[in-house]
Amino acid sequence: MDSALLIHRLHFAFTVTFHYLFPQLTMGLAPLIVTLKTLALRTNDERYSQAARFWARIFGINFVIGVVTGIPMEFQFGTNWSHFSRFAGGVIGQTLAMEGMFAFFLESAFLGLFLYGEKRLSPRAHWWSAVAVFLGSWLSGFFIIATDAWMQNPVGYITAPDGSMQLSSFWALVLNPWAWWQYAHNMCGAVITGTFVMASVGAFYLLWGKYEEHGRIFVRVGVTVGIVASIIQLFPTGDGQGRLLAHKQPTTLAAMEALFESSNNAPLVLIGQPDVPQRKIDNPLVLPGMLSFLTYRRWEAGVRGLNAFPPDTWPDNIPLLYYSYHIMVGLGTMFIAIMVVSAFMLWRGSLFRARWMLWVLLLSLPFPYIANTAGWMTAEIGRQPWLVYGLMRTADGYSKMVSAGNGLFTLLGFMGMYMVLGILFLFLVRREIENGPVVQSTAGH
Amino acid sequence: MPTVWFIIVSLMIAAYVVLDGFDLGAGILYLYAARTVDERRKVLRSIGPVWDGNEVWLLAAGGTLYFAYPQLYASAFSGFYLPLMMVLWLLMLRGIGIELRVHIENPVWQGFFDVVFCFSSALLAIFFGAALGNVIRGVPLGADGYFFEPLWTNFQLGPHPGILDWYTVMAGVVALVTLTAHGALYVRVKTDGELAGRCRALALGVWPVQLLLTLVSLVATWFVRPSIKENYLHYPIGFLIPLVVFGSLLVMLLATRTGKEKQAFVASSIYITGMLVGAVFALYPVVLPASTDPALNLTIYNSAAGAHGLLVGLVWWIPGMLIAIGYFVFVYRMFRGKVQLEGGGY
Repeated sequence: MDSALLIHRLHFAFTVTFHYLFPQLTMGLAPLIVTLKTLALRTNDERYSQAARFWARIFGINFVIGVVTGIPMEFQFGTNWSHFSRFAGGVIGQTLAMEGMFAFFLESAFLGLFLYGEKRLSPRAHWWSAVAVFLGSWLSGFFIIATDAWMQNPVGYITAPDGSMQLSSFWALVLNPWAWWQYAHNMCGAVITGTFVMASVGAFYLLWGKYEEHGRIFVRVGVTVGIVASIIQLFPTGDGQGRLLAHKQPTTLAAMEALFESSNNAPLVLIGQPDVPQRKIDNPLVLPGMLSFLTYRRWEAGVRGLNAFPPDTWPDNIPLLYYSYHIMVGLGTMFIAIMVVSAFMLWRGSLFRARWMLWVLLLSLPFPYIANTAGWMTAEIGRQPWLVYGLMRTADGYSKMVSAGNGLFTLLGFMGMYMVLGILFLFLVRREIENGPVVQSTAGH
Repeated sequence: MPTVWFIIVSLMIAAYVVLDGFDLGAGILYLYAARTVDERRKVLRSIGPVWDGNEVWLLAAGGTLYFAYPQLYASAFSGFYLPLMMVLWLLMLRGIGIELRVHIENPVWQGFFDVVFCFSSALLAIFFGAALGNVIRGVPLGADGYFFEPLWTNFQLGPHPGILDWYTVMAGVVALVTLTAHGALYVRVKTDGELAGRCRALALGVWPVQLLLTLVSLVATWFVRPSIKENYLHYPIGFLIPLVVFGSLLVMLLATRTGKEKQAFVASSIYITGMLVGAVFALYPVVLPASTDPALNLTIYNSAAGAHGLLVGLVWWIPGMLIAIGYFVFVYRMFRGKVQLEGGGY
């Protein structure tokens, strides 16, 4: 691999992976905060207001890091991927510009009111500001997903005489079926992060023996929403996305499952290490016929393996793709198990006394982040070697004028900068959690 | 249609500079004008609820530029690679400088973020000015429509200049001085007491410098890019622009002296808009001139997106803009009046 290409890929991969740690919590917490505020309005119970304020403080810190790490994403389309921008800007410029006009203005205008305006606004107006921030963050998610969906499944375009892509149908672009399945799956993933973080902090307070009333609210809201989100994540959203993939990107599906040979009655590999040169899986543990069934709803349906496709259209890192996908699915299954057990115990009234289960909830905190990251890696590594599926190869899209040396300089700069941001974030959030939901933060946020 | 989007993108950039310009300016004068703990909180509170929204204009203008002129976006952003990356780092530092500072009331913690906020604001002003200088001066575009500029070469003009040469450094200084005055006038509107007095003195102090630099930059631009006069000679109505620029500069001085603080701030906003409009008026229809060969200029015609896309964009841009203006009017009304120190936040 040409080293400039590698640097530009790493540059985008690193900055987008770090960035998405924050918006997934923003988008996941926003509806939960609206839920808490609704409960506060309905019940007039001060504890719900305190809970909403506590999560708004964490939301605020999280949001700042999300914003400052998000700006480089828009810039990098031009700085590091200029040939791609020239090629595809006539189409995806629409969704990226709409994100700024419809989502960012909404979000930024009401965030200030939401974070600092509770005293100036009536309770109902403040509730609306929370709803506006929720809507803004979810709209933003849609426009980004629609952009990515066009790269995965290009629709609504024509080829101009100079070879660039130009919009031919706006509705085809925003109604791209890929966009809607991916959006549903992705937003559900964000809600899972939000619910696990909330339940985990709640479990921490219960185990600590401090702020237990609030801890119970956090666990109750987290588990109640979390079980719904965890199940929807598998079916219908994950299932729908998988079947779309089988239809639109069969090569990707074969690589994700490490299915080297086409097969009627294709197995689902649970565990095993793909050996690409030998075209086999070491130490496999498989469910026979399961992949055929999941993809086509028939046990004996034929699924095309990698051998059915020319090797120069195979994703260029099959093991990493295979592991990303399997980690995502494995963790998703684990989330359902945790949430089903927690919800059952919550219903039976035994959850708050079962310290072992509270420990499970507490320690589950990092896993939704890993699952969401692995999910995005599956989508983006799976699209390779294409930048725009079937239309432009990744190797043709980067900025040819920006040398590997200049790219490495800024990649290292971002790594240093993001390390500082990460440390500051953890430091400040840890402090908020320790200060607890009852006291007003000393800064008077 | 490409002309319509040229006007739209130019106005969005002007809106960005006017709006984010005052909070950048507030950052530049922050360490000098705000000396006590309370004064610093007042400055931060005056921009706190609005700075993020102001900065969104940069993203919205960037997104719209990408949408309307993908070729320009691709070429300019990769060519200005290093300075843009530094702008990103500065925007990050500034964002956390404003927002994370408030979380811990400790003089060491806050003192650190005070300096971060001030320096990143000042450097951003210089970078933005130098960027505009580069666009006016021209860049070494190749036949494929791309270029790459090092940060500096020998600080001279020529077919292969660096990002920084004497002309673009001057443009950076113009931006620094302009935004300092702009920020001072804003903080003066929003605050009272000694802080407001210092801002007034600062605005009056930099005024002669601003006048001098406006004249010098005009002459220098004439020298660097003699073709700027063509559009003005073609459409003599353009000569109104320098009139507006110098007129608003005069109003700034008079209004600041007589204590009409809001008028002075509005005049500064008109001055900034006038300077930018004057520059893009001279460039039109070129959007990125080539220092190598004028035949390689990027214009609104050879860098625009397809006609259908541009038309569709207008359908969503107009309502989107109206809604956004509605938000801004609402938010600025919510936080109108002088800053008070009671209550939550910053």
